[in-house]
Amino acid sequence: MITKRIIPCLDVKDGRVVKGVNFGGLNDVSSPVELAEYYNKSGADELVFYDITASAEGRKLFIDILTETASKVFIPLTVGGGINTVADFDRVLKCGADKVSVNSGAIRNPNLIDEAAKRYGDQCVVISADVKRVDGVFRVFAKGGRENTGMEAVGWIKSCVERGAGEVVLNSIDTDGVKRGFDLEMLAAVCDAVNVPVIASGGAGKKDDFITLFRTLPKVDAGLAASIFHFGEVDIKDLKTALRNAGIEVRL
Amino acid sequence: MVAIVDYGVGNLFSLKCSLDYIGAKAAVTSDEADLDAADAVILPGVGAFRDAAAKLRGSGLDKAVVKNARSGKPLLGICLGMQMLFEKSYEYGIYDGLGLIPGEIVPLAGYVPAELKIPQIGWNALRFTQEDCPLFKYNKNGDHVYFVHSYYAKCDGAYIVADTEYGAPVTAAVAKDNVFGCQFHPEKSGEVGLSILKAFCEMG
Repeated sequence: MITKRIIPCLDVKDGRVVKGVNFGGLNDVSSPVELAEYYNKSGADELVFYDITASAEGRKLFIDILTETASKVFIPLTVGGGINTVADFDRVLKCGADKVSVNSGAIRNPNLIDEAAKRYGDQCVVISADVKRVDGVFRVFAKGGRENTGMEAVGWIKSCVERGAGEVVLNSIDTDGVKRGFDLEMLAAVCDAVNVPVIASGGAGKKDDFITLFRTLPKVDAGLAASIFHFGEVDIKDLKTALRNAGIEVRL
Repeated sequence: MVAIVDYGVGNLFSLKCSLDYIGAKAAVTSDEADLDAADAVILPGVGAFRDAAAKLRGSGLDKAVVKNARSGKPLLGICLGMQMLFEKSYEYGIYDGLGLIPGEIVPLAGYVPAELKIPQIGWNALRFTQEDCPLFKYNKNGDHVYFVHSYYAKCDGAYIVADTEYGAPVTAAVAKDNVFGCQFHPEKSGEVGLSILKAFCEMG
């Protein structure tokens, strides 16, 4: 049966991994390529590169990094950050990205999803949503979680899938950084609404959080996290072994 | 030299990189002479069958691929490239493939249980249905490979060398003499995928 995926996310700014990295044998590594190679060896199923650069030079560096990673690491690569046009899709796909994740770009212009899905296929378009409870309602936030769009989240995600998004990354702002587990309630609401893969993001603090995620919500396809992997709090190989021991199918 | 057929569909960057990485000499080409000169040919492909088949025919490379396959040269179709090895596809209509392997391409929808997501996206295990397929000489039963597809090859079991379980057995790899096909993406399947590409390149 298809396995559950574990996906580390690398925030890249001006060619370096933001916050750096600190764990056994890999102190203060900030080269995204080196880190990607490390994660590949430790059994990551996919990598997400998130470009948080604002400058043109930074963009150029990001493309160089992507190209170098794709020539050394042969697992699926998803790229996000600053994707606003079909030309942006083209730019990263040419350099080895397999999937492109859209967030604020799709909020500004939802047709971007239709256009990209038509040109590159549904499997290539990932809708990434930052969602937070406001007065008990799930709301979509834009600009890295800073701005409430007022849109109801489940309806928004469903409409993106109808437009052609082939995968959903659901990042709960409420649980992000809290490290007490994924936002199961929010994830359940999205899983019930769509029939494409859903990737859970925000809240993982330990191995058990992933076990709880996949046991409680078998429809969730993947768990994504950043700092707990970067800082060595959770080792991917250990995590996947623990998942397998808990009866959850993974690639080991 | 391994010729990667470039007929204007999809992104060949990762495939080329993966062959470079394993030390195979590979050329991305749309020149028939390169296919003729190659020791082995790879037919990639992503997207919809109709568009890809039309582009392959429009480029005239369909005949070159068939000619080289008939001459006994190893040919590997990947993903949609594998699907095009068959006689026809029922994706958004009925379209002819290259007819190198008897069989047809049909939707996963209606075949796999309704609660499963389509496309199948992710890592799934190979289950060998035949022994000693040279494509898998470096692999073991249960090795995981990366799939992204909504249609699958329905054909005589004689041509299926590996399947994968997605609520039902789904064709993962096919072979007929010197013609091979992978539904999954070896260039995105980590070490396992690289070893499959290596095994293929060594046939050339």
